[in-house]
Amino acid sequence: MQHAQAYYVPSPSKWPIVGSVALLFMGFGAAFLMNDIPAGPWVLLVGFAILVWMMFGWFGEVARESEAGKYGPQEDISFRWSMSWFIFSEVMFFAAFFGALFYMRALSVPDLASGATGEYLWTSFKAGWPVSGPGIDETFTAMGPWGIPAINTLILLTSGVTVTWAHHALKHNNRGQLNLGLFLTIALGVVFLCLQVYEYVHAFHELNLTLGMGAYGATFFMLTGFHGFHVTIGTLMLIVMLFRCLAGHFKPEHHFAFEAVSWYWHFVDVVWLMLFVLVYWL
Amino acid sequence: MKKLSLIALATAMCLSGGIAAASRYGLQDPQTSIARDIYSLHTLILWICVVIFVAVFGAMFYSIFKHRKSVGHKAAHFHENTTVEVIWTVIPFVILLGMAYPATKTIIEMKDTSNPDLTIKATGYQWKWGYEYIKGEGSLTGVSDGVSFYSNLSTPQEQIHDPKVQKGENYLLEVDNELVVPVGKKVRILTTAADVIHAFWVPAFGVKQDAIPGFIRDTWFKVDQPGVYRGQCAELCGKEHGFMPIVVRAVSEEEFKDWASKQKPAAVAAAPAADATQVAAVAPAADATAAAAGPVDGKKTYEGLCAACHGAGIAGAPKVGDKAAWTARLAQGDATLAKHAIEGIRAMPAKGGNPALSDAEVKAAVEHMVGLSK
Amino acid sequence: MEAVHGHDHAHDHHHPTGITRWLTTTNHKDIGSMYLWFSFTMFITGGILALGIRAELFQPGLQLWKPEFFNQLTTMHGLMMVFGAIMPAFVGFANWQIPLMIGASDMAFARMNNFSFWLLPPAALLLASSFFVPGGATGAGWTLYAPLSVQQGMGMDLAIFAVHIMGASSIMGSINIIVTILNMRAPGMTLMKMPLFVWTWLITAYLLIAVMPVLAGAVTMLLTDRHFGTNFFNAAGGGDPVLYQHVFWFFGHPEVYIMILPAFGIVSQVIPTFARKPLFGYASMVYATASIAILSFIVWAHHMFVTGMPAAGQLFFMYATMLIAVPTGVKVFNWVATMWKGSMTFETPMLFSVGFLFVFTMGGFTGLVCAVAPIDIQIQDTYYVVAHFHYVLVAGSLFALFSGTYFWLPKWTGHMYDEKLGKLHFWLSMIFFNMTFFVMHFLGLAGMPRRIPDYSQQFADFNMIASIGAFGFGLTQLIFLAVIIKCIKGGPKAPAKPWEGADTLEWTLPSPAPYHTFETPPVVK
Ligand code: HEA
Ligand code: HEA
Ligand code: HEC
Ligand code: CUA
Ligand SMILES: [Cu+2]
Repeated sequence: MQHAQAYYVPSPSKWPIVGSVALLFMGFGAAFLMNDIPAGPWVLLVGFAILVWMMFGWFGEVARESEAGKYGPQEDISFRWSMSWFIFSEVMFFAAFFGALFYMRALSVPDLASGATGEYLWTSFKAGWPVSGPGIDETFTAMGPWGIPAINTLILLTSGVTVTWAHHALKHNNRGQLNLGLFLTIALGVVFLCLQVYEYVHAFHELNLTLGMGAYGATFFMLTGFHGFHVTIGTLMLIVMLFRCLAGHFKPEHHFAFEAVSWYWHFVDVVWLMLFVLVYWL
Repeated sequence: MKKLSLIALATAMCLSGGIAAASRYGLQDPQTSIARDIYSLHTLILWICVVIFVAVFGAMFYSIFKHRKSVGHKAAHFHENTTVEVIWTVIPFVILLGMAYPATKTIIEMKDTSNPDLTIKATGYQWKWGYEYIKGEGSLTGVSDGVSFYSNLSTPQEQIHDPKVQKGENYLLEVDNELVVPVGKKVRILTTAADVIHAFWVPAFGVKQDAIPGFIRDTWFKVDQPGVYRGQCAELCGKEHGFMPIVVRAVSEEEFKDWASKQKPAAVAAAPAADATQVAAVAPAADATAAAAGPVDGKKTYEGLCAACHGAGIAGAPKVGDKAAWTARLAQGDATLAKHAIEGIRAMPAKGGNPALSDAEVKAAVEHMVGLSK
Repeated sequence: MEAVHGHDHAHDHHHPTGITRWLTTTNHKDIGSMYLWFSFTMFITGGILALGIRAELFQPGLQLWKPEFFNQLTTMHGLMMVFGAIMPAFVGFANWQIPLMIGASDMAFARMNNFSFWLLPPAALLLASSFFVPGGATGAGWTLYAPLSVQQGMGMDLAIFAVHIMGASSIMGSINIIVTILNMRAPGMTLMKMPLFVWTWLITAYLLIAVMPVLAGAVTMLLTDRHFGTNFFNAAGGGDPVLYQHVFWFFGHPEVYIMILPAFGIVSQVIPTFARKPLFGYASMVYATASIAILSFIVWAHHMFVTGMPAAGQLFFMYATMLIAVPTGVKVFNWVATMWKGSMTFETPMLFSVGFLFVFTMGGFTGLVCAVAPIDIQIQDTYYVVAHFHYVLVAGSLFALFSGTYFWLPKWTGHMYDEKLGKLHFWLSMIFFNMTFFVMHFLGLAGMPRRIPDYSQQFADFNMIASIGAFGFGLTQLIFLAVIIKCIKGGPKAPAKPWEGADTLEWTLPSPAPYHTFETPPVVK
C-alpha cells in the first residue's frame, strides 16, 4: 500500500465470482435433484466442488494477507464487528425454528384439539407433547434427554473449555498447549457428531422418529439437524485453525481468525444448551 | 402543468371523501351493524386523514410558493426546536387514540360469535365452496339441520373466454347454489378448507374470514334486509382463485324454513353428491379426516378431481392413457402408487388436493387410472 | 459508467480491464454502479411483468393469459421488484455514497462486497428461469403462503433457492455497511454528525441482519414440507399454515421499512440542499428512524387480521401499527419545517423529493386505514392494499431512488444530466403514477380482490384507467434511461459541488469522484 496507515483494500479478486458461479450451480442442482431431473446430483456436485475450491482459494488469500501483516488494528476491529453481527444473524436463523417450536407446542397443537376445530375436524385428537399430529396414525417415541443428549451436553461444554484453554495458550505463546487444546476440541466435536449420527439412526430405526412425525419430528430434526450442521462447520473451521497453528500462523497479540472460530464454537455451544433444555428436556 | 395535476389530485381526494357514499368510490352499502360500524369508521378516519393532509401540505405548498429562491426569499437558519417536536409527536398520538377507541369497540363486537341462531360451516375447496348447516347449534335448531351442498361459479365459460359473448349482469358473481340465510338472525359461519387457504368474504356484511385447512375459524353476521349479496374468495388459492364467488340470499324466516324443508329430503336422499359437477362423491359434511361412508367409485373421483391434472398431463402429472409415462411408475407396484397418491409426491398433492377423500377412494381412483394406462 | 474512472494513473494497483474488471473488482464505486444497473434491469423486467398484469386486467374476461400464468406474473412481479429492483438499488446507493459521505477509502470488506453483488445475478437467473421449467414459475404470490406454495411445481424450489441466495447477499451486504459505518468514519465524524442517509442505512442494515435469516428459515421449512415430509404448515401433522404467515411477516414487515428508510435518508439529503437550509430536527430524525425500526418488529400480524386471531391479538397489533404513524409523522413534519423559510429551487432531485413527500404520505395514510383492524377486515386482499403499497413503494421508494439518482449523477459521472428531460420524467411519472394507482383505492373499497385475472363488470372503467396509466408510467421510464445514458456519455461538465446548498463530504471531491477517494481520511470538524 502507498500510505502506511491506510485501511487495507484488497486488490481485485476472482473468488467472489467463482463463489457465485458455485451457488448458481448448487441452486439449479438442488432444484433438479428435488424434482427428479437426472442431472440434478451432478450439477449440485459440480457447484459444491467449485464452492470448496473457492473457499480454499479465498480463505487462503485472507490467511496469507493476515500473515503478511496487512491487517492493522483498524482492520482487526472490522473483523470483530463483522463476526459479531454474523453470529447475530445466525441467532436469528435459529430463532425462526425455535419460534416454530414454540408456536406448534403452545399454540397450534392445543388449538387443533380444542374449540370448534377439535369438535368438528379432529374429534379424537388430544393435545400434549411430544406429539405428532392429528392426521398421523403411526406412533413414535420421543428422544429422552438423559442418554446421549446429556453426554453430548457434557462433550460440548468440555470442548468450550478446551478451546478456551487453547486460546489462553496462544496468548502466552505456548504452542504445544495450543495445538493440544485445539486437537482435543476437534476430537470432542467429532465425537459429538458421531453420537448425533448414532442418535439419528436410533431414532429412525427404534423410535420410529422421523421428519414425518408431525410437530415433534419436524421441529426435533430441524433444530438438531441445523445445529449438527453448524457443529460440522465449526469443526471444519477448527481443523483449518489447527493446520494453520501447525504451520506456525498466529501471534500472541494477533490471531483474530482463531478467536472468530472460538466465538463461533461458543455460539454453537449455547444453541445446544437451548436445544437441550427446550427440545430434549422440557 | 404543475397546477393542473394539483387540481386533478385535489379533485381526486375530494371524490374519495365527498362521494364516499356512492359505493363506486367507497365501501359497499352496509347491510349489517358491523358493516355499518366499519363504514362509519372508515369515513371518520378518511376525513381525519384528509384534514391532516390538507393542513400539512397546505403549509408545504405555501412554503413552496413563498419561500423559493426565484421570488427572492433568503434562507433562514433555524434547524431545531424541541417544543415543536414535542407538539407534533403528542398531537398525532392523541388523534390516534381517538381513532383507536371506536375501532376497539368494533373489534370486540365482531369477535363475539356467541349465541348464534344458526351455524353454517363454509368449506373452501379448489375451487368452490361447500356449505353445511350444522346440527343443534343455535335457536333455529331443527330447521335446516344437516342441509349441505356445494356452490360453484355458474357463469358460462364462453362469457369468460370469448370476448364476443355478452357478459351477464352478475358476471363472475353468480353461483349454482346460493347460501340461504334468514334475515334478522345471528348467523355464525365456521370456516375451514380442504386444500389451501381460502377466505370467506361478503363485503356488504363486513365479514371476511380466512378458511384454513385443518382449522376452524368463525365469524358472524345478522342481515337487515332480504336480498342477494355477493362476495368472493379473498385469499389467493391457485389458478381459479378469481372464480369462486360467494352468493348469499337473505330471506324472511318463513321463507327460510320453507327453503330448508325442501332441501332436507334431497340432502338426505342423495347426499350432496347429487350434483354432477361436484369434485368427489363426498359430502362437505365429511370432516377432513374421515370420508363419508358410501360406495367407492374410482371413476367418479378420477373424473371429478384427478383428471384436472392427469387428463392432460398438467404440471408434469403422468397423463392417463400415456403408456410411456406410466411404465416406470407402474414398476413401483400398486401399493407404492397408492401410497404416493394418498400422501402426495412432489407436485402431486396428497389425495389430489382433497383431504376429504378417504384412502379407499383414492386407491379406487388410482386403480381406475392404472387400468386406463396399462 | 466508464467515464467515471478516468483518473486512475496515480495509483499503483494494476487493474484488470474489460469484463474482468467488473467480475473481480473490489472498488465500492464499481460495485455500486453494478448494483444500480442490475436493479434497473430488474425494474424493467418486473415492470414488464406488471404490464402483463395490467394488459390482462384492461377489460373483463380472459384475453391474454391463462389464470395460472397470471398468478405467476403477479408473484414474479412482486418478487423481482422487491428483491431485485428496490433493495439492490438502495444497496447500490449505499456502496457509492456511504464511503464518500463518511470519508472512508472503501467499504470495510471490499472483496466480500463484490461477492454480495455477484450473488444477485445467479438468484435472478434462478427466478427468471423458473418460468421455463415444467409447471412454470411459482404462482403463490410473493408472500409464498403455505400450503399453496407446497402445491407448486419446481418453479417454487427455484424461488426458494433464489431467496436463500439473495438473503445471503443481503446479510453480507449489511454486515459490510454496519462495519464500514461503525469503524471507518473519518476522524471527527461522530455518529451524530453523520449525514442522515448514512444513519438510515445503518439502521436498515440492522433490520436486514435481523430479518433476512428469519425469511431463510421460513422458506427452508417450506422446502422441507415440500420434499422431506415435515408438517410445519400442515394441520394433520400438528402444524399450521398460519405459522408460515407469522414467520414470513416477522420478516415481511421490517422488510417494507428496509425499502423505505434509505428512501427517507435520500430525501433528508435532498430537501435541505435545495431549501438551502439545514435539516430541521436532525436528532429527532435519527430517533424517529430508530423508533420506526424498533416498532417494525412488533406489528407483523397486521397482515393477518383475517386469519382469525383472538381479539386481544388484533388489538395489540392494531395499536402497535398505528403507533408507527407518530415517528413517521415526525419525519414528515421535519421535512416540511426544513422547507419552511428556505430559499428553494426545484431541480429534478428536489421535484422528486417533494413528490415523494406528497404522495408517500398518502400511502402512509392508507396504511393507517389498513392498520385499523375492522376496516382491514373489509379491505385486506383487495386492490385497496395494492394501492397502499404502490403508493409507498413506487411513489415512496422508487421516487426517492429517482431523486437520489439525479442528485448524485453529477458526482458519479462528472456530467450534468439534462434538466429538461429530468423534469419531464418527473411530471409524467407523477401524473401516470396517480392515474394508475389512485383509482385502485376505489376498486378495493368497492370490493375487487387482488390477485385475480378477471373481474366483474362494475370494476371495468377504473381498471381501464389504471391499465392506461401503467403503460404511460412504464414508457415514461424510458425517459429516465435516456437521461442516464446521455449523462454518462457527456453533457456539461459538473463542478465539484453542483448544488449550492450541499454540504456533505462527497461534494468536496472532484466530479466525477476519482476511482480511489479519501485514502487519507479527511478531518471533520
Ligand atoms: C415501503 C413500504 C411500506 C411502507 C413504508 C408501509 C407503511 C405502512 N403500512 Fe404498509 N404495506 C406494504 C408496504 C409498506 N407499508 C406492503 C408491500 C404491503 C402489502 C404486502 C402484501 O400483502 O403483499 C403493506 C400492507 C399493509 C397492511 C396490511 C394490509 C392487508 O393486507 O390487509 C397494513 C395494515 O396495517 C399496513 C400498514 C402500514 C402502516 C400503518 C404504515 C405506516 O408506516 C405509515 C405511516 C405514515 C403515515 C401515517 C403518514 C405520515 C404521518 C403523518 C403526516 C402524521 C400524522 C398522521 C396521523 C395522526 C394519522 N400495510
Ligand atoms: C417494490 C416495488 C414495486 C414496484 C416498483 C411496482 C410497480 C408496478 N406495479 Fe406492482 N407490486 C409489487 C411491488 C411493486 N410494484 C408487489 C410486492 C406486489 C404484490 C405481488 C403479489 O400479490 O404477490 C405488486 C402487485 C401489483 C399488482 C396486483 C397484481 C394482482 O394482485 O394480481 C398490480 C396491478 O396492477 C401491479 C402493478 C404495478 C405497475 C403497473 C407498476 C409500475 O410502476 C411498473 C412500471 C415500470 C415498468 C413498466 C418498467 C420500465 C419500462 C420501460 C423501461 C419501458 C420499456 C418497456 C415497454 C413499455 C415494453 N403490481
Ligand atoms: C394438481 C395436479 C394433480 C391432481 C389434482 C392429481 N394429481 Fe396425481 N400427480 C400429479 C403430478 C404432478 C404427478 C407426478 C409427480 C411426480 O412424480 O413428480 C402425479 C403422480 C401421480 C401418481 C404416480 C405416483 C408415482 O409414484 O409415480 C399417481 C398414482 C397419481 N398421481 C394419482 C392421482 C389420483 C388418484 C388423483 C386424484 C385423487 C390425482 N393423482 C390427482 C398431479 C396431480
Ligand atoms: Cu379460494 Cu381464493
Ligand atoms: Cu406491514
